Amino acid sequence: MRNVSFVRSEMLAEQTPPLTSIGVIGWTRENLFNGWFNSILTIISLYIVYSFLSFLIPWVLTPTWKATSLNECREINTALTGHHSGACWGVITERWPQFIFGFYDRSILWRPILVFVLFLATIAPILFERVPRKLFLLGPVFPFLAVWLLWGGSIWSPIFSFLGLVLGYLVWRSLKERVNAVILLLSSIGVPIIWWMFLTEPASGLLAEMIPYEIQVLPSRDFGGLLLSLTIGLTAIFCSLPIGIFLALGRQSDLLIVKVLCVWFIEFIRGVPLITLLFVASTLLNIFMPPGTNFDIIMRVVIMVTLFSSAYMAEVVRGGLAGLDSGQYEAANALGFSYWKAQRLIIMPQALKISIPGIVSNFIGVLKDTTLVSVIGLFDPIGLTTVVLADMRWNGVYWELNVFVALCFFVFCFSMSRYSMYLERKLRKEN
Amino acid sequence: MAQHQDFKKPTFELSMLLYDTRYRSTSFQVIALIFFFSLVWWLVNNTMSNLAISGKDIDFSFLVHESNYDINQRLLEYDSRSSHGRAAVLGVLNTLVLSAIGCITATILGVFVGIARLSKNWIVARIMTVHIEIFRNVPLLLWILLIMSMVAHSFPVPKHFRGADPIATMKLFDSVALTNRGFYIPEPLFSNGFGDMGFFSNSFYISIDLIVILAIFIGSIWASGKIKARAKRIQEETGIRPTTWYLRLGVIFIPTILLLVYLGFYLGYPELKGFNFKGGIHLRNSLIALWIALSLYTSAFIAEIVRSGILAVSKGQTEAAGALGIKPNVIMALVILPQALKVIVPPLISNYLNLTKNSSLAIAVGYMDLTGTLMGITLNQTGRELETLLLGMSIYLTISLLISAVINWYNRRNDMVER
Repeated sequence: MRNVSFVRSEMLAEQTPPLTSIGVIGWTRENLFNGWFNSILTIISLYIVYSFLSFLIPWVLTPTWKATSLNECREINTALTGHHSGACWGVITERWPQFIFGFYDRSILWRPILVFVLFLATIAPILFERVPRKLFLLGPVFPFLAVWLLWGGSIWSPIFSFLGLVLGYLVWRSLKERVNAVILLLSSIGVPIIWWMFLTEPASGLLAEMIPYEIQVLPSRDFGGLLLSLTIGLTAIFCSLPIGIFLALGRQSDLLIVKVLCVWFIEFIRGVPLITLLFVASTLLNIFMPPGTNFDIIMRVVIMVTLFSSAYMAEVVRGGLAGLDSGQYEAANALGFSYWKAQRLIIMPQALKISIPGIVSNFIGVLKDTTLVSVIGLFDPIGLTTVVLADMRWNGVYWELNVFVALCFFVFCFSMSRYSMYLERKLRKEN
Repeated sequence: MAQHQDFKKPTFELSMLLYDTRYRSTSFQVIALIFFFSLVWWLVNNTMSNLAISGKDIDFSFLVHESNYDINQRLLEYDSRSSHGRAAVLGVLNTLVLSAIGCITATILGVFVGIARLSKNWIVARIMTVHIEIFRNVPLLLWILLIMSMVAHSFPVPKHFRGADPIATMKLFDSVALTNRGFYIPEPLFSNGFGDMGFFSNSFYISIDLIVILAIFIGSIWASGKIKARAKRIQEETGIRPTTWYLRLGVIFIPTILLLVYLGFYLGYPELKGFNFKGGIHLRNSLIALWIALSLYTSAFIAEIVRSGILAVSKGQTEAAGALGIKPNVIMALVILPQALKVIVPPLISNYLNLTKNSSLAIAVGYMDLTGTLMGITLNQTGRELETLLLGMSIYLTISLLISAVINWYNRRNDMVER
C-alpha cells in the first residue's frame, strides 16, 4: 500500500495522564470541585468543619487533667488563654472508677473485672471462628458464675442452680429417643424449674451450714456506672434473642390462640415507651407478685428490659422469616422434616442471617436504652453525673461528664455496628 | 379369594390428643389458653391480695379531684385547682405538640442528611456519615441532657437584655429573644378576631379564628387539587398540559391572605418587662432542648432509611428512563421517587412512632408531657400507681396503634397499586 501517505506501523508509547487528573489534584478535582455546585458545597463544608474544630480543639486540649476542683481548672485555663472556658478534665481523672464500677467495693474490683474477662472468653467463640471451640463449654457455666461473682454470697447456691441445668440436660438426653418432642421439651424445662423452685434453696442452705464458704455480699444499690448498664443491657440482650425467636414463630403460627397471644404481647410492648415499663418495674412489679415477695430492683429492671427488647426482636426475626423464599418451607416439608427440625436446620439459620443488621441494631438500642434506668433512681453513668455534681468541688461541670459518658457508649455501640457489618460481609461471601 | 380383612374403625384414645395431627393443634391451643388464663388469674389474684394488704382499692375518682400542681406549658386553661384528669389531658397535648414538631424537623433534616450522604462530594458525604454515627451510637437521654445544658448555660439571662448598652440583643429585627429560660418568638394576634368558642360545656376553648383559617386553607388546597386533576384530564385528552402553577399558587394563598387581612392580623412581639420577657410565644428551654435532641437523634435514623430507599431502586430504572428520553429531574420525580417512597414510608412512620414514644424522656428535663403529669406528679401525689400507669400506658398504646393503622393502610394501598 504505497499510495497511502502515512500509516503508523507501531503502537504509540503510553503517555502519562495529565497531572491534573491523577494523584492528589485529580482526586480533589473529581471528588471535591466537580462543577460549580460541588465546589460551593465543598467550601461551605470546609468552613463548617473548620469553625467546629476551631471551637472544639481548644476546648478539649486543656492541661486540666490533674486539677482537683472546678476552680482550679478555671485558674489553669485563665492563666493559659485569658478566659475560663475550657474543659475541666480533672473530674474524669478523679471519678472515672466510679463511672465504671459505681459504688462497688473498691477492694474487690477484681470480681467485676474477672466477670468481664470471662464474658469476653464466653462470647469469643461465637464472634470469631479461629477461637478454640472448647470455650463453648464456658457458656452454660458463665451465668451462674457471673451472678455469684458480682453479687457474692455462698458458693453453694450457684452450684445448685447450675445442677438444675445439668439435670435438665440429663432428662433431655435420657428421654430424647423415647417420647414426643413436646413432652421432651416440657419435661426437660419443667424438671429444672421444679428443682430451682423447691430444692435449690434448702439444699444449698443445708450445705452452706455444713461446709460454709462464701465471699463478700454486695447489695444491688452498690451497682452503678457502666457495670450496671452492661449488666442490665447484656443480660437483656442474651435473654431477648431466644424469647424473640419464639414470639416470632408464635406470631407466624397456624395455631390461632397462640398467634393471638403473641400478637397482643408484641403490640402491647411495642406500643408503650420503655420508661413506662420501668415505672412498672419500680412501683408495680411487686404488687403483681405473691404478697411478701420483694425481689431485687436490678432483677425487676432486667425483666422489663428483656420483655421490651424481645418484642422488638420478634419483629426483626419476623421480617427475616417473611424475607425467606417459600420454597424453603416447601422443601423442608417435602423432605419430611418435622416442624421443629425444619425450623432448627433450615428456616432459622437463613432467617437469622437475613435479620443480622436488625438484630444488632436492636442490641445497640437495648444498650442505649439502659440509660433510662437513671430516671427511676438507679446510678447508671447518667445517674452518677448528678452524684458528681452534688460534690461542691465539681458543681458546674456539665459538659465533661456527659462527653465522657457519651464516649463510653459510643465505643460499645459503634464497635457492635462495625462487627455486624463484618459479619454480614463474611456470611455473604460464604454463599 | 383373598381373605378380606376388616379394618378396625379407629377408636378415640387419649394419646391421640398428642400424636394425631387432627387433634394435636387443638389440644396445644387448649393447653396454651389454660396456661394463659392461669397466669392472668395468678397475677390478678396477687394484685388483689396485695392491694387488700396495703388497704388500697382500684379507684379512678382521683381524676376529678383537685390537682394542686402547676403545669408550665399550657395549651388549655389550667391552674392548680383544675383536676388531675385535666392535667393528664394537658400532658397528652404537650406530648402531641412535641412529637408533631419533632417529626417535621426530623423528616426535613433526615431527608437532607440521607441524600447528602449519597453525594459524590467526598467531604459532604463524610460529614453526613459522622453525623449519623454520632447520633445513632449515643443514647438519646444523653443528647437531651447535653442540649439542655447547652440551652440553659450558653444563652444570656433576660436581665442582660436591659439597659442602654445591653450585653445581649434580640435577634431578627428585635423580634426573637434567645434566653436561658427559652426562646421568645412573636405570636400571631388578631385585632378584629371572632373570639373563642367553648366546647363540651365550656370545658375548653378554641379560637374561632384558627378554625376558620384552617378551614379556608384546607378548602384552598382541595380546590388546587381539583385544578391539577383538570389539567391532567386535559393533558390525557389533548396531549397538552395547561400551565396552572400560578393559578394554583393563587388559589392556595390568596383567600387565606384576604382572611388574615380581614381579621386584622398582626404580630405581638416579646418585650422585656421587669425581670422577664412578656408577650410573644414562650418556647421553654425544656421544649427547645427536647425538640432539638429528638429531631437530631431521629434524623440519623431517617437518613439511613432515605439512603437505603434510594439505593433500593435499581440503577436500571434510571438508565431505562434515560433511554426513553426523559429529563434527569423528571426521572427523579416520576421514576425514582415513587419507587423509593414505597420502601421509605413504612419505616419512616415507625420512626415517627419511636419519636413519639421517646418524647416520654421529657421527664428528665422537666417538660410536662403525659409522663410528667399523669405518671409523674399525679402518681406521686395520689399514690395510685396501678391506675395512673394503666391509664398512661393505654393512652400511649392508643397513639401507637393509630400510627400503626396508618402504616397498614399505606401498605395495603400500595399493594393494590402495584398490581
